[in-house]
Amino acid sequence: MKSFKGFVIKEFYHIFRDKRTLLILFAMPVLQMLLFGYVITNEVKDAQIAIFDKSKDVITRKITGKIASSGYFQISTYIENEDEIEKVFKEGYIKEVVVFENNFAQKLGKDGTAAINIITDASDANTANLLANYTTAIINDFMVKENASAVLPMKINSETRMLYNPELKGVFMFVPGTMAMILILVCALLTSVTIVKEKELGTMEVLLVSPLKPYQIIIGKVAPYVALSLVNATSILLLSNYVFGLPIQGSVLLLFSECLLFIMLSLSLGIFISTSTDSQQVAMLISMVALMLPTIILSGFIFPIENMPWWLQIICHVNPSTYFIVIVKNIMLKGTGFISVWKETLILFGYTILFILLSIKKFKIRLQ
Amino acid sequence: MNTKEKVIIVKDLVKDFGSFRANDHLTFDVYKGEVFGFLGANGAGKTTAMKILCGLSKPTSGEASIAGYNVYTQSNQIKKNIGYMSQKFSLYEDLTVLENISFYAGIYGLSFKEIKIKSKQLLEKLEFESDANKLIADIPLGWRQKLAFSIAIVHNPSIVFLDEPTGGVDPITRRQFWKMIYGAANEGVTVFVTTHYMDEAEYCDRVSIMVDGKIVALDTPDNLKKSNNASSMNDVFLELARKKDNVN
Repeated sequence: MKSFKGFVIKEFYHIFRDKRTLLILFAMPVLQMLLFGYVITNEVKDAQIAIFDKSKDVITRKITGKIASSGYFQISTYIENEDEIEKVFKEGYIKEVVVFENNFAQKLGKDGTAAINIITDASDANTANLLANYTTAIINDFMVKENASAVLPMKINSETRMLYNPELKGVFMFVPGTMAMILILVCALLTSVTIVKEKELGTMEVLLVSPLKPYQIIIGKVAPYVALSLVNATSILLLSNYVFGLPIQGSVLLLFSECLLFIMLSLSLGIFISTSTDSQQVAMLISMVALMLPTIILSGFIFPIENMPWWLQIICHVNPSTYFIVIVKNIMLKGTGFISVWKETLILFGYTILFILLSIKKFKIRLQ
Repeated sequence: MNTKEKVIIVKDLVKDFGSFRANDHLTFDVYKGEVFGFLGANGAGKTTAMKILCGLSKPTSGEASIAGYNVYTQSNQIKKNIGYMSQKFSLYEDLTVLENISFYAGIYGLSFKEIKIKSKQLLEKLEFESDANKLIADIPLGWRQKLAFSIAIVHNPSIVFLDEPTGGVDPITRRQFWKMIYGAANEGVTVFVTTHYMDEAEYCDRVSIMVDGKIVALDTPDNLKKSNNASSMNDVFLELARKKDNVN
C-alpha cells in the first residue's frame, strides 16, 4: 500500500510538471464549455433583416413593430423596390427580407387573407430555416391576438410546446456531449499516452521487474486521472449551471455515479489502446480518431442520429458515448431516475468489462 | 569475493514460442559476488532467458532458481531480491534525482526513514549532493547511468541484472561504470550482465556465450581465449559463431 501511494504521488508529479497535460486537463474543459455555450449556438439573436413594405398600412406597421421588438431581429433597412432585394442579400449582412404585398390591410379585411413573403439567405441553410420559422411564429402570434377580438365561426389553433428546454437553449444540447468529450479526452487519451510513455522510456520494464503487480501499476497510473476527471465533471456542471443557467433536474448523486461509470469505461479504453501500441504518437492518434471524432460527430452530440444513413446509425449505436449522452440528458434535463436509464447503464458497464478483459488478455500475450 | 555459493541455478531450461525454441536446454550456475557476462548476438535468446530469470515469464520446461527461489512458483520473492537496470537507464526525466531515488526505493517497500538514509548515502557516494534537486533531464548521460545503477541496487538485492547497461556511453564513462559494478560485486552483490561490447566481456569473472538459443561456451575470459586460440573476446565470439554455422 505504501509503495502504491508513492506511485500515485509520482504520477501527480508527471501531471503537474507537464504543461501540455495541464492544459488539456484544466483549460480545455472550461474553454470548450464556453465555446459550445456561446459560439456554437442554434439560437437567433439580433439577425439583420430588411423590410419591403408595399402597403404601408396600420397592420403591416404593427407586424413590423412586433418583429422588431421580438429581440430576434434587427431591422437594418427598409427597401422600396424588387431589385433591391437581391442587392441587400449580396451585400451580405442581411439574412432575411420580409415582403408585404400591396393593400395588405384592405385584402385582409375583405378576403380574410393577405400574403407575406419571407425571403431568406439560404447559403447558411440552418440559420435560414430558423429565421423563417421564427418570423412565421411571430406573424401567427400576431394574427391570433388580432382575431381574438373578432368572432370567427370556427378556428383551429395549433400550439407548440417545447418540453424540457422551453427556450430551446443551445447549451442544453451541448453540455452532455461536452461532458462525454472531455471525459473521453482526459481518461482515454491522457491515460493511454501516459502508459505508453513508460513503455517508450523503458521505465515500464523496470516497474514490471519490481515487486509491484501489473494491476497495481495500472491502477496507480490511472487513479490520479479518475480524481481529476471527477473534478472536471464537477466544473463542467458548475459552469453550465451558473454561467448558462442549465439546471440539474434529476439526482446529482446518480449523475455522478453515471459519470464515474463513463470514466471507468474511458479508462478501460485508454488502457486497451496502450496495450496495442508502443508509441505515444500512435496512442494519441488512435484516441483522437477512434474515440474523439465519434464522440463529437457520431453520438447525437451535435447531429441527430435519426437523420443519418443506416450504416452511420449502426456506428452510433456501437459508440459508447451515445449512451452516456442519453443518460446525462435524461437525468439532467428530464430529471428521470435510474429506471429510465438502466439499459444504457448496463451497456456502458458491459463495455467497461469487455475492454478490461481484452486488455488483460493482450497484456498476458505480451509477457509470454 | 568469489565464493562457491550458487545464487542462480539453471538446469535444462527450455522456452518455446509455438514451434520456435528460444532457449534450448540452458544449464549454468552463477556464484555469489560474481560478475557474470551473458553474451550473444541479437536474437540469440538472451532477453528471453533474462525475462525468465527476473520472474517475468515462465519457462516451458527445465529448472531455475534465483536467490533460492523457484521461477515457477516464487516469482514474487524473486522480484523482491533482484535489481534490474535496462539499456535505457529508465529514470523519469521530469522527476528530480532525489525523487527518482525515493520513488524506486518506495516501490521496493523501503520505509520513509530507510529511504531518507539510503538517498543520503547514495548521493554522497556518487558526489551528487549538490544536484539532488535537479531534474534528470538536466543531468548528463553518464551521470544518469551511474544513478540508474545505484538505484537498481538501492534495496540491497542479492542479484542485479544489467541489460546492456553501457549502450550509447563514451569509453571513459564506461570504464567508470565498470568500477561501480566491481564495487557492488565486492560487497557481495551478484552481477548478471548482458552486453555486446566484447571488450567489456573481458571485465567479467566468467562469461557464457549464446548462439541460436544454446549456450556454446561458458568459462573465464582467459580460458575461452586459450581454448579457442584467440587473442581477444571478439575473436572468441566470431570463432564460436562460425563453428555453429558449420555444424548447421
